[in-house]
Amino acid sequence: MAVSLREYRARIKSTESMKKITRAMELIAASRIIKAQQRAQAAAPYARELTRAVSAVATYSNVDHPLTKEETDPKRAAVLVVTSDRGLAGAYSASVLKEAERLAERLRSEGKEIDLYVTGRKAEAYYRFRGRPVVQAWTGFSDQPSYEVAAEIGRTLIASFVKEQGEEGDVDEVHVVYTRFRSMLTQEPTAVRLLPLEVVEAEEGGSSEAPQKTELLPLYEFEPSPERVLDALLPQYVQSRIFFALLQAAASELAARQKAMKSATDNADELIKKYTRVANQARQAGITQEISEIVGGVNALADAQAEA
Amino acid sequence: MADSLTVELVAADRVVWSGAATMVIARTVEGDIGVLRGHAPVLSVLTEAVVEITSEDGSVVFAVADGGFLSVAGDRVSILSEHAELSAEVDVDAARAALEEARSGSLPTGDETQRRIRMAEARLRVVERDTSR
Repeated sequence: MAVSLREYRARIKSTESMKKITRAMELIAASRIIKAQQRAQAAAPYARELTRAVSAVATYSNVDHPLTKEETDPKRAAVLVVTSDRGLAGAYSASVLKEAERLAERLRSEGKEIDLYVTGRKAEAYYRFRGRPVVQAWTGFSDQPSYEVAAEIGRTLIASFVKEQGEEGDVDEVHVVYTRFRSMLTQEPTAVRLLPLEVVEAEEGGSSEAPQKTELLPLYEFEPSPERVLDALLPQYVQSRIFFALLQAAASELAARQKAMKSATDNADELIKKYTRVANQARQAGITQEISEIVGGVNALADAQAEA
Repeated sequence: MADSLTVELVAADRVVWSGAATMVIARTVEGDIGVLRGHAPVLSVLTEAVVEITSEDGSVVFAVADGGFLSVAGDRVSILSEHAELSAEVDVDAARAALEEARSGSLPTGDETQRRIRMAEARLRVVERDTSR
């Protein structure tokens, strides 16, 4: 009995220290979410203005640009999967990857081959384990992405998109799978098609950054020419969309981690309570046994004396 | 604010400066452009250069933009630039080092190097121009 009591005590202790860790992670995640949300908000004006500008050009000039051109017979599609670098965030990475699989399935059924581009170590490990080639991976920034990274990803994707069909590394479509941050409680994995751009579409990035529909766009003059403006505008637009996806994913990751760590802490509490009960029971049982042994001993002694 | 411009200078990850202003001067790929109240709507491509915003109280805000766009519509001016910086935020030493490096020819020649030279020069110029600094 005494042995198992010691065991229970050890278990309680280790659960307690685990609880401390998960509690700390929960608090860290909670404080970082606020920062992540602020970053997302700070990036919103740029995205909003860019969207306005793009729709202005699209409205007043005939949009004919390599980035908006639909390939008549799309053969390859690039999929950018945005996941986290670290785990301990519940089903966060798993649900993004599941969404990516779904999208890949759909694209394959449309007869397209898939080029994978990933961010975050989780996705990298996932595809490496399954032996699927990843064209390029970016890692090490998942909870605070910088614009530079987004710009680099954007450049890479645009470069493979504008290649002619049949060229090495050419893709005809670019999709992004990321987790959208709806609220602290809901984050949903989302797949959007990034390229070819549909400029007139309602902005995917949430209502906050879309210009009001009723707003009439003024009749702009374009300097030096609509084409040149578009040339410069569209890549930036793509990069800003990717940046937006990364920021959303970062906020989602932190929210998922906070939630996961919160339930881990709660579970630890449960366990400690349970173990404490069992340990008390074991202690009681030990005491009871000792008493009955003593009583038994005393009785035996008394019997022996009475007989003598 | 009928008698002034509403100006927003935004970088990719933040709003660098925003407020009411009387005049904005920026450099497009075709040359300098000055915007006063009542300017026709225009959307133009900027080059790496200094942006000058005369704010409503008369003080001048100097900033540097690394390309991007200027859009003017209905007395609203937005300057979009991936890495816009106010002159107070410019790291002079880093800009000087970048300029040296770009000019030394150790980098591959091409548009990117040219761009870096222009950017570093613009950074240094903005600091020179801004007398308050």
